[in-house]
Amino acid sequence: MTHLTDLPLWAAIPVCILLLAGSAVTLVGSIGLIRLKTFYGRLHAPTLGSSAGTVLICLASMITFAVLQNRWIFHEVLIIVFIVLTTPVTLMLLGQAALYRDRIEDSEVVPRKAAGETPSPSEADI
Amino acid sequence: MRYWFPYPLLSVSLLLFWLLINQSLSPGHILLGVLLGIAFAWAMVNLQPQKTRMSHYGTAARLVAHVAVDVFASNIAVIGVILRGRAKPGFVAIDIGLRDENALAFLACIVTATPGTAWVEFDRQTSVLLIHVLDLDDAHVLAELIKSRYETPLKEIFE
Amino acid sequence: MNELLVIWSILASQILLGLAMACALFRVIRGPRAQDRILGLDALYINAMLLLLTFGIRTANSIYFEAALIIALLGFVSSIAFAKFLMRGEVIE
Repeated sequence: MTHLTDLPLWAAIPVCILLLAGSAVTLVGSIGLIRLKTFYGRLHAPTLGSSAGTVLICLASMITFAVLQNRWIFHEVLIIVFIVLTTPVTLMLLGQAALYRDRIEDSEVVPRKAAGETPSPSEADI
Repeated sequence: MRYWFPYPLLSVSLLLFWLLINQSLSPGHILLGVLLGIAFAWAMVNLQPQKTRMSHYGTAARLVAHVAVDVFASNIAVIGVILRGRAKPGFVAIDIGLRDENALAFLACIVTATPGTAWVEFDRQTSVLLIHVLDLDDAHVLAELIKSRYETPLKEIFE
Repeated sequence: MNELLVIWSILASQILLGLAMACALFRVIRGPRAQDRILGLDALYINAMLLLLTFGIRTANSIYFEAALIIALLGFVSSIAFAKFLMRGEVIE
């Protein structure tokens, strides 16, 4: 470990806190994936890792390399932007697919369509 | 001008993306990024997305700040719910007055990116939005919150 | 001293992220339905990407960041394709 030796204490402490907080939040989100009972409840769990976890860990990495190499490494910004923009789209499509499948099976847990007609897949696009 | 640069914002963001991913500001990369931006903007013309005019940049900035605060607060709330292990999940149906497709897409991303609420379905005929909430106290309060905090600014920005 | 602090917290956060990946993997294996498995897969690749970022901090090698970027992009596309498949039974139409 050569490069981490040069990290001063005032930068090391926030890096440690951000890293631990980010991974702890991600772990709580993944525990939620196990503990929550229904699929629609579980749909909320990965957003913890994708919003707070990603931002905190990327911030830790940005601080480290901004201090060590005196320049900003911008890959982290791209990662934050991609994850924050794309995860909602995935979860939204998964939610729609689950609703569609549950309605086909006449499941009790999902609300019926207001008009009473059978849902057609062509309506469910965004 | 409009013919050569059909989507200026898209071209500029593609150029920025190219420079960030290569981590250089050399003239060659700038030239390549500009060419890529223009080429992809022309490809976009054939896809024919719905054009919208954005305005009220102050409202947009306030909306972004609101969303950041809400994401932070609901992160903490969802951590509490998962660790305690009890919640009252439920579906909420909201009447939405938004018509513009881009505004709806923004609303969908905001609602889903906030932990604790997830967009499930939008019915175009009845304009009823169905969202799933992890810990539901009062459906009316939540519906009013979403309408006043997100829908009104989005309507102002896009319509 | 500082170096030890950072190395130990990187190790601790790697263990936490590994546990998170195990939780997501449990959901992938256990199911019970197809959408649960896809949700678990989605969480699994986000956790893997964060793990790669911590490796990147530890070694200061930019290859790890490139890999994380590629996982972030391709994982999104694969999850979208899976969700589309669940909805209509075909991916490309």
